[in-house]
Amino acid sequence: MAFVDGTVAHLVDVRHRYGAVAALSGVTLDVPAGGMVGLIGPDGVGKSTLLGLIAGAKKIQEGAVEVLGGDMADARHRQAICPRIAFMPQGLGKNLYPDLSVRENIDFFGRLFDHGRRERRRRTKELMTATGLAPFADRPAKKLSGGMRQKLGLCCSLIHDPDLLILDEPTTGVDPLSRRQFWDLIDHMRSRRPGMSVIVATAYMDEAERFDWLVAMNAGAILATGSPAALKERTATTTIEAAFIALLPDGLKSGHRVLQIPPRTKYDHESVIVARDLTRRFGDFTAVDHVSFDIQRGEIFGFVGSNGCGKTTTMKMLTGLLPASEGTATLFGRPVDASDMRSRMRVGYMSQSFSLYSELTVRQNLDLHARLFHLPANEAKSRIADLVGRFGLKEYVDQLASNLPLGIRQRLSLAVAVVHRPDLLILDEPTSGVDPMARDAFWELLIDMSRNQGVTIFVSTHFMNEAARCDRISLMDAGRVLATDTPDGLVRSRRAVNLEDAFIDFLEEANGRPVVVDDGSALEGSNSAGGAGASPAIFSARRMLAYTVRESLELLRDPIRLMFALGGTAFLMLIFGFGITTDVNSLTIAFLDRDNTFESRAYLGELRGSRYFVEEAPLRDEADALQRLKSGKVTATVEIPPGFGRDLRRGRPAEVGVWIDGAMPFRAETIRGYLVGVHEQYLTDTTIRGHTSGEAGASPANIAIRFRYNPNFDSIYAMVPSQLALQLALIPAILMALAVVREKELGSIVNLYVTPVTRLEFLIGKQIPYVALAMLNFAIMFLMALVLFGIPLKGSFLALLLGAFIYVITTTAYGLVISAFTRSQIAALFGTTIMTILPAVMFAGMMVPVSSLVGFGAIMGRFFPMTYFLPISVGTFTKGLGFADLSSYLLSLAAFVPALTLLGLVLVRRQEK
Amino acid sequence: MRSLSTIFWLSIKELRSFFRDWVLLGLVVYSFSLAIIAQAQSNSQELHNASLGVVDEDRSELSRRITRAFLPPYFKPAEPIAERDIDHLMNVGRYTFVIDIPPHFERDVLAGRTPTLQVAVDATAMMQAGVGSGYAQEIIGTEIANFVSRHGTATVPAVNLAVRIAFNPNVTTAWFVGVMGIINNVTMLAIILAGAAVVREREHGTLDHLLVMPVSPFEIAMAKILGNAAVIAVAAGLSLSLIVRHLLGVPIAGSVPLFMCGVGIYLFFATSVGVFLATIARTMPQLGLLYMLVAIPLNLLSGSNTPLESMPPFLRTIMEASPTTHFVSFAQAILYRGAGLDVVWSSFLKVGLMGALFLALGLLRYRSVAVQGS
Repeated sequence: MAFVDGTVAHLVDVRHRYGAVAALSGVTLDVPAGGMVGLIGPDGVGKSTLLGLIAGAKKIQEGAVEVLGGDMADARHRQAICPRIAFMPQGLGKNLYPDLSVRENIDFFGRLFDHGRRERRRRTKELMTATGLAPFADRPAKKLSGGMRQKLGLCCSLIHDPDLLILDEPTTGVDPLSRRQFWDLIDHMRSRRPGMSVIVATAYMDEAERFDWLVAMNAGAILATGSPAALKERTATTTIEAAFIALLPDGLKSGHRVLQIPPRTKYDHESVIVARDLTRRFGDFTAVDHVSFDIQRGEIFGFVGSNGCGKTTTMKMLTGLLPASEGTATLFGRPVDASDMRSRMRVGYMSQSFSLYSELTVRQNLDLHARLFHLPANEAKSRIADLVGRFGLKEYVDQLASNLPLGIRQRLSLAVAVVHRPDLLILDEPTSGVDPMARDAFWELLIDMSRNQGVTIFVSTHFMNEAARCDRISLMDAGRVLATDTPDGLVRSRRAVNLEDAFIDFLEEANGRPVVVDDGSALEGSNSAGGAGASPAIFSARRMLAYTVRESLELLRDPIRLMFALGGTAFLMLIFGFGITTDVNSLTIAFLDRDNTFESRAYLGELRGSRYFVEEAPLRDEADALQRLKSGKVTATVEIPPGFGRDLRRGRPAEVGVWIDGAMPFRAETIRGYLVGVHEQYLTDTTIRGHTSGEAGASPANIAIRFRYNPNFDSIYAMVPSQLALQLALIPAILMALAVVREKELGSIVNLYVTPVTRLEFLIGKQIPYVALAMLNFAIMFLMALVLFGIPLKGSFLALLLGAFIYVITTTAYGLVISAFTRSQIAALFGTTIMTILPAVMFAGMMVPVSSLVGFGAIMGRFFPMTYFLPISVGTFTKGLGFADLSSYLLSLAAFVPALTLLGLVLVRRQEK
Repeated sequence: MRSLSTIFWLSIKELRSFFRDWVLLGLVVYSFSLAIIAQAQSNSQELHNASLGVVDEDRSELSRRITRAFLPPYFKPAEPIAERDIDHLMNVGRYTFVIDIPPHFERDVLAGRTPTLQVAVDATAMMQAGVGSGYAQEIIGTEIANFVSRHGTATVPAVNLAVRIAFNPNVTTAWFVGVMGIINNVTMLAIILAGAAVVREREHGTLDHLLVMPVSPFEIAMAKILGNAAVIAVAAGLSLSLIVRHLLGVPIAGSVPLFMCGVGIYLFFATSVGVFLATIARTMPQLGLLYMLVAIPLNLLSGSNTPLESMPPFLRTIMEASPTTHFVSFAQAILYRGAGLDVVWSSFLKVGLMGALFLALGLLRYRSVAVQGS
C-alpha cells in the first residue's frame, strides 16, 4: 500500500498511569498517514489509552503527542483539528444514545459539527444508504443488533468527513458476517476518501491480516511495528497470533506450548443435557427460538455466535435461572427444576461477568463457595489447596479479586465454579478479552477436566479459533441454532476454508441477506472537503441545541425518570405540605384535681375550653401521672393541690402544678406557652368577674402580640411556600446531576471530548430541558398550593414567576456543579441530596430565620440560592409582597446564574484524565 | 442447620464487602458522628438568636429597660428602628420581632391608664415566632411589673402556675435532636445499604451465580438483612454511647439494652424494606429515586421532626401504622422517659410483623426479578 507522505500522529515517550497502575510506559511511535493501521494485543495493554490520547479524549500525562501537525496538549490545536478527527470508543456503540433512533443519532452528531438542517438531511441519507441502515432509520439504537450498532457508530463518526478515523475494537462481540461487512464498508469509505487515515485496535488477531501496518503491544509497551507480512517473516510464523506470541518477551512465553487436544473417551452414550425446542420470549421478542441439542458426558460442547444471539439466555434456562417459555430441558435425565438443590450440587456455572466477589480475596472467594456447597471443613481445605496449586493461584492467594489481572481472575472464576467437583460445567463466554496465552492456559484446564475427569463442559464463545477446539458446536444466530456438528464436519459440509467462512455461509443462507456494499454512487455528491475547512465557531447555538434536543428526547423516553421528574415534586409537596407542620394542637392532657371545689373546677374549666388540648381520663395520683407521661399517652398533666379554693377565697396565693413532657423540646415550649396563656386568661377573667378578693387588679399595660401576615398562625401558610422552594431546589438539581453523570457512566461523555462542542454549549444545552421541566414542576406545585392547600397568592405573581425562573436556573446549575465531583449515578443522587437538604433545611431559613444564623451556618446560607428564593416564595404567597420589597432578593438570586455557570465551566473537564 | 450455616457465611461475606467499601463506611461513620453533632448544635428546636427591632417612641427609663431585657441566647440585642421602616424590614425578614413602644408609655403605665404596647411577630417564621412571642410577652410583662412595683403599685397574681418540664428540664435541643438523629440515620442507612447490596449483586452478576448454587432466595435475603443490620446496629450503639451520651452529655433515662433490642427489631423491618425496594428497581439510580420517595416521607413524618398530633387525621392514621413512627415513639419512651418493656412491647411486636410482611413481599418477587435484571 502506498502511504501518503508523512505521519498522521507522532508520539514521543508517552507514559500514562491510572492511580498506581501504569497503562503506558514510554511509547514512542510514528503512525504513517493515509493507511490502515492496526493496534493488536490483548485487553489491558494500553491500546485504548493510546487511542484516547491520539483522539484528544484523554489528557496527556507525560510525553509528547502530535496529531495532524500540532501538539495535542494545546487546547487551541485540539479545538481546531477536532472536526478532522473521528473517534469511535470501545464497547458496542458506546458513544451512541440507546433511546434515540438511528436517524436521531446521526442527526445529533451532525448538529455537533454545526451542519445546517439541509446538510444534515443530505449526509444522513447518504450514510444510511451506504451502510444499509436506511430501512431501520426509526429504530432505537438499543434495539439494533451488534453489527448494525457498529455501522451506526461508523455513520456517526463519518458524518463530518474526517481525515483521521480512530476505531477502538469496533468488531468485538459481533458475528463474523457483520464483521466482514464492516471491514468491507471501511475499505469502501477509504476508497472514496483516499487521504483518510484509519487507526484500529482489535483483539481478533486474524483481522489484523488485512491492515497495512501493525503495532503489536503488550504491558503498556510496543513489541514491534511493521506490515503483517514483515512481522510474520521476522518471527518465522504463519499467523499473526503465532507471531504475537513469538514477539512476547521470553519470561512470558515460557511454558507455552501449542495446545494439544487428546481424543475424547467415549462413555456409553450418556446424555447429560438434552434440550428439545427450548424457547424463551421477552414480550414480543423471541430471544431463543426452538433450540434443540444433546450433550454427552465428557464432551466439550460449544455455542458459537455473536453477542445477543441467545447464548446466555439458553444457558440461563439450563441452570434454572430463567423458566422456558416453551420446550423442555433435562439435566442428568431429570427436568430442569429451579428448586432442585440436588442437581445444583452437580453443576458449576461461570457467568459472563466473572461472577466473583471482587471485594474478597482469592482465598475468601474459594472459601465462601466451599462453605455454600457445604463441603466438610477438612475436605474443603485440601480441595482449595489443590485448586490453588493446579490453577496457578498460589502467589495471588491473599490479593483482592478486583486487583487480579484478567487472565488470573478468569482462572479464579473457574476454580470457584469447580470447587464442589461438579459433573457439568456451564461457562458463558469465559475467555472474552483475555490474551491468547492466558486463553490457551485456560483451555488446558478445561481439556484436563473433560478428558481426565469426565466432566461435561458446555461453553459459549464468539472466538472462532476457540470454537474449533470443541468436540461439537452449535452455530447460533438470532435465537436459532443454524447447525450442530463437529467443527471439521461443519467446514466440510460447506466446503469452506475454515470455520469462520463456514459460519458466514450458514448466516447468509439463514438470513437470505446479501452483503450490502453500496456501489458508492450515492456518495458522489458529497463535498469531500466537508467539515475539514474552517475552525469551529466559539459558540454555536446549533451545537448547544444538539444537546437540548437529545436530552429532551431521552427524558421523554425514560418513563421512570420522567415520572419522578413530574410526579416526584408533587408527591413530596403533598406529603410534606400536609405532614410537616409546626402547629401544635390536639395535645393530650390529664388533670388531677385534689381540691375539687368550685374554684378548682373553674380553673380546669378554663383549660377544658382551650382548643389546643384534648382531655384524657382524670389522673388517679402522682404515680399515675408519671406513668402516663412516660408512655407518651399524655403530653402534660395539671395538678391542683388540696386547699386551692380555700386559699383563693382567703386571698392567699395558690399554686397549680404542671408537668410537661419535654421529650420534644419545641412541643414542650409550645405547650408551656399555651398553658401560660390560658392561665393569664383565667386571671383576667376572674378579676373581671370579681371572684377573688384581695388586691389582684388589672395588669399595668396591655402587651398586644400581633401575628403579621398569618394572623391565625397556621403553619401551612409558611410551610407550603417553603416546600415549593425546597422541592424546586432538590428535584431539578438531582435530575440535572444524574443527566451529566449518566453520560459519564455510559461513556457518551466522550462526544464532549472529541467533537467541536464546547463546555458552555454542553452545559447550557443540557440545562435547558431541565429548566423547562422545573418550570412545569413549578406550575404544578403553584396550582397545588392554590387549589389543594387553599393558599391564596397575596402578592405579585410576576415577581414569583420571575423569581422561580431564575431560581430553577440556579438549582439546575447547582446540580451541574455537583455532577463534576461524582462519577456514578448513585453517588450523584446522594451527593446532590445531602448537599441540598442540609443547607436547605438548616441554613436557608426554613426552620430558623436567616437573621438568627451566626458563624458557619450564616456563611453556608449566604452561598445557597434557596436563601434568596424562600423570601420570594413566602413573601409573594403569604406576605403579599411585590417587586418593591423583593428586588434585592431577585438581584442576589440572579448573581448566582453567572457564578454557578462559571464554576461549572471550570469544573467540567474537556478531556478525560 | 445447613441453612443457618449458609446464612452465616453469606452474612460474613456481606460484612467483608461492606468494610472494603470506603465510601459507604465513610458515609456511615459521618452520619453517626459529625452529622449528629452538627444537628445537635443547631438550636433549631429552641428560641435562639431571634432578631428583634425596637421602635422606641417613648424614650423613657421603662422603654430602655424593656429594650435591654431581651438577652442572648434567646434574642439578639435589640436594634433601634424607625416606625416607617417596620413594614419593609419585616417584609424582607430582617426582624422576626418588632416591639413598638408608644409615646408616653411610662407615664401612662404609672398613671394606671393601661397603655398598649405592640409586639409584631413575623408569623411565617413558625417555630421561632410561636415560642418567641410567649417569651417576649413574659419578658416585657416582668419588666413592667418590676418597674411598677418599685414605684409602689405592685399587684400579686392570685394563682401561681408552677411549670416543670419532665425528662428535659432545660428544654435543650441537643437532647432531642441527638437521639432523633440516630433514629433517622438508622432508617435512611438501613434501607439503602440493604437495597444497594442486592442491586449491586445483581449488577455484578453474582446474584445469578448464587442462585445456581444450593442457596435459596430466603437465605440470600436473610444474609443481606443480618449483615447490614449488624453494621447499623453497632454504629447506632456506638453513636448513642459515645457521641450522644458522652460527647453531647445527653442523659439517657432508660435501659440501653432494651433500646438496642428495639433497634434490632426495627432494623429487621428497615432492611427488609430495602430488599423489597431492590426487587422493584432495576438499576442503582432507579433504586435511589425510589428510595427518596419512600425513605424521606417515612422519616420526616415519623414524629422525629415535627409532632404527629398536628398532622391531618388521614395522614396521621397512615403514619401510625408505620413502623418508623413506632420506632420513634418507643425510642423516646425508653431513652427519655425510662419506659420499660411493659410499656413498649406492643410497638416491638407491630414493627416485627411489618418487617416479616416486607420480607415475604420481597421474597415473592426475588427470583423472577433476579433474572430480569441481568
